[in-house]
Amino acid sequence: MEAIIQTKQLSHVYSAGTPFERAALNAVDFTAYRGEYLGIIGHTGSGKSTLIQHLNGLLKPTSGQVLYEGTDIWSDPKLTRQTRFNVGLVFQYPEYQLFEETVYKDIAFGPGNMGLDEQEIDRRVRQAAAFVGLKDELLDKSPFELSGGQKRRVAIAGVIAMEPKVLILDEPTAGLDPVGVESVLENIRDYHNAHNATIILVSHSMEEVARNVDRLVVVNDSVIPFHGTPEEVFRHGQELEDMGLGVPQMTRVFNRLRAMGAKIDGGVYTIEQAKHAILKAKGVL
Amino acid sequence: MALKDITLGQYFPGSSPLHRMDPRTKIMGICLYIVALFLAKSMVSYGFLFAVLALLVRISKVPLKSIVRGLKPVVFILVFTAVLNIFYTPGTHILVKFWVLTITLEGVRTAFFMVIRIMMLITGTFLLTYTTSPILLTDGIESLLSPLKKLRVPIHELAMMMSIALRFIPTLIEETDKIMSAQRARGANFETGNLIQRAKALIPLLVPLFISAFRRADELAVAMECRCYHGGEGRTRLRQLKYHKLDWLTLTLALSMCVIVFVLGKFGL
Repeated sequence: MEAIIQTKQLSHVYSAGTPFERAALNAVDFTAYRGEYLGIIGHTGSGKSTLIQHLNGLLKPTSGQVLYEGTDIWSDPKLTRQTRFNVGLVFQYPEYQLFEETVYKDIAFGPGNMGLDEQEIDRRVRQAAAFVGLKDELLDKSPFELSGGQKRRVAIAGVIAMEPKVLILDEPTAGLDPVGVESVLENIRDYHNAHNATIILVSHSMEEVARNVDRLVVVNDSVIPFHGTPEEVFRHGQELEDMGLGVPQMTRVFNRLRAMGAKIDGGVYTIEQAKHAILKAKGVL
Repeated sequence: MALKDITLGQYFPGSSPLHRMDPRTKIMGICLYIVALFLAKSMVSYGFLFAVLALLVRISKVPLKSIVRGLKPVVFILVFTAVLNIFYTPGTHILVKFWVLTITLEGVRTAFFMVIRIMMLITGTFLLTYTTSPILLTDGIESLLSPLKKLRVPIHELAMMMSIALRFIPTLIEETDKIMSAQRARGANFETGNLIQRAKALIPLLVPLFISAFRRADELAVAMECRCYHGGEGRTRLRQLKYHKLDWLTLTLALSMCVIVFVLGKFGL
């Protein structure tokens, strides 16, 4: 597979040279491939937020490189800015960044900054709104009149409207009700499929990433201890628990069963897989 | 991000005697120190006060680097004061003269002392805020000003407003940082452009910031009311301020420092 974003020996130190100096990333090699749905997990303070802010050039590496399609994004200021449009980043609780008079104008902020013509902006705004399930009549409303869930959609649409090739979302479902969580995740999958875009989903909910991503990167203590398919990653059950991350409930049950001596497959993380594994162990399959 | 690096008289947690002292002692001590600074007239008394300050910095264990960093923002004021004093102090010992500008020995002397005085003054007050948590500081101010309550000055309310304001400075800085990053991710440009463009670029930052500040204020008010807050009357404290031996000793020393400087002045030193 072809890499779209790569970091090479990326390190970042906050407040360098002060008593508050703190290393957030330590010589991290990270790769995201074109068109994949990637998950990043790590608990608060692990360095995952720092990592994603490097991927679109918001933070400058203390040392090391960030490559977008093979070119160092810091080699040219124009390229750094361009990378912010190619790599869309939806922050945690993005609804607090809304500022315009109408939903339409707010979604149009990103495309407007790209210097697109009005017709193209209009197309993108309407398409992005449709993606996240915002009805047309909402576009003329003030974003501050909307409910929390709707605001979140507007904010996500604001990034999607830039039609980034890579879409990074930092805990996009935090604080939403279960129905909201499902529909936001579905919107993201739609965007992934429609544009063949690379999606990077940051989360600390194991169930959420397990069900959605193709590949998983674990960030802990400023480094990436391991990555791979969810199945491979969840085999490190004990290590994940030690990092305070835990594994999906199903995986935990299965790891315990294996520890108790049951001859059963590991790397199970959904109910479907669990059913399959048990039937297989029973000899039914 | 650069915004996080701003020190606003930031508190340095520690356990030095200076940290453990009653905030009222420190506030009064600083006031006495300032008085002494303005009484000082000669090299000798400045030297004495400098020694006191150096000793205090040493005891507080606040790194010298952070004190120097704290002085950086006032460099402009220092230069400005120095220049004014050098050129506008009348005197008899003329050093340089050209056009309307004269530099006198007295001018150089005044400028020198002025700069030293401001620097020591700022370092002294920094020491107070570096070693006292904002909460203790407002507690101390409230306690010291409490006699004014008799004159119906709402001291408790003022102190509460101050604590809340201080408490929310880091929060708001963090919030600003976050919103700035979020808007930059959408292509906002805060760094370049002319004055009007830059002012316009601030709208996507300021609107969400104000909204979140109001939201926070609202939430805080509700939370306070839920816990039956109704002002200072009859309110007891978790942390009672108490003077200890160290505090009396410090106050005595601070007073004697003033007296020493005053006496030195009498002897023309």
